[in-house]
Amino acid sequence: MGDLINIFVKSAFVENMVLIYFLGMCSYLAVSKTVKTAVGLGAAVIFVLAITAPINWIIRENLLVEGALGWIHPSFETLNFEFLGLIIYIGVIAALVQLVEMVIEKFSPALYMSLGIFLPLITVNCSILGGTLFMITKEYNLAQSAVFGIGSGFGFFLAIVALAAIREKLRYSNVPAPLRGLGMAFIITGLMGLAFMGLMGIKL
Amino acid sequence: MSDVNTRKLLSDPLLDNNPITVQVLGVCSALAVTGNVTNALIMGAAVTMVTAFSNLTISLLRNYIPSRIRMIVQLVVIAFLVTLVSLFLQAFSYDLSKELSVYVGLIITNCILMGRLEAFALGNKPLPSFLDGIGNGLGYGLILLIVGSIRELFGTGSLLGFTFFGEEAFHNIAFLKSGFFHAFFHNGLMVLPIASIFILGIIIWIQRSKNAELVDIS
Repeated sequence: MGDLINIFVKSAFVENMVLIYFLGMCSYLAVSKTVKTAVGLGAAVIFVLAITAPINWIIRENLLVEGALGWIHPSFETLNFEFLGLIIYIGVIAALVQLVEMVIEKFSPALYMSLGIFLPLITVNCSILGGTLFMITKEYNLAQSAVFGIGSGFGFFLAIVALAAIREKLRYSNVPAPLRGLGMAFIITGLMGLAFMGLMGIKL
Repeated sequence: MSDVNTRKLLSDPLLDNNPITVQVLGVCSALAVTGNVTNALIMGAAVTMVTAFSNLTISLLRNYIPSRIRMIVQLVVIAFLVTLVSLFLQAFSYDLSKELSVYVGLIITNCILMGRLEAFALGNKPLPSFLDGIGNGLGYGLILLIVGSIRELFGTGSLLGFTFFGEEAFHNIAFLKSGFFHAFFHNGLMVLPIASIFILGIIIWIQRSKNAELVDIS
């Protein structure tokens, strides 16, 4: 149990997806103009990461790795489909995002309206595929990868809401014209990243 | 198609319509893999390959893809090309592929690819699409190269194995041997990935102060 809490804290703060690994930057910069939309996108990312990480883990362990297909026939023991990984993971992510979109539309039209365009955009958010790929390189098991997904999503949520709040305040300050908008967002992200790097020394 | 247009397809994405600093696409990998020039060059070449050939493929198929499932088709084409690139890297330069780790796989979700497919390849003939892909890949590579060389030069004092700053600098060239170059200390911040975000912010600042049309009004 303590192990799982460690993974959550590590993926949310110490190894923050956005501020340490710079994944999901595109939507992070584009959708952080107001806090309201940032909260919507952040919630959608937590949701999708929490589902895709464990499902991709199940698919990889049961279909792709060497020996996983041995239950069909002993001669399949030597098959290794890991080279198909990227295509399958992105396919699973695209299909799941579509599915999540339909489920939310059916059961909670209010949430669906508030998430709007962000849900389909999540398919090409680097942090989702990044979550799956990191989970593989770190060799987590099923429970750990689920917690890792939730933790990474929470880290993204935290970063995007913080940036949106700062940018809302920035509108009242006198930034040099060429630096307005994107340039300033980059520099603020850099400063936030520096602050988060202070957590790197924590051993979990 | 005239010659001027062809040249514009290649040169526009390098500066005035750069995918990273103007269109704000593909920022993720641009920041993480620019620790040194070698990585930046390899990543730029890989992305150029994938953008060029995915643009070509989608442009050839554009009249046969139903618009409802075009995202899935695009993703499959991109994922196929990225798998090729990733296997190629693992076969011919395993150390480098270990160093780039997940970022090669993440080319799939590089927004430049999807963005160019949606904005250009779906509505244009194969040859212009191919050139547009190459242009955007090079524009991406150019920014990576700038950020990578600044970080490597000031972070480690050397560039592609040749030392410029520090104790070792110019030790076989007599008249440069002492003084300024030796007194230069390595900048520890530049070694960290976080440096690239500041450098990119400053590049955007410089570019926008030169070209007032790009300035954000909001």
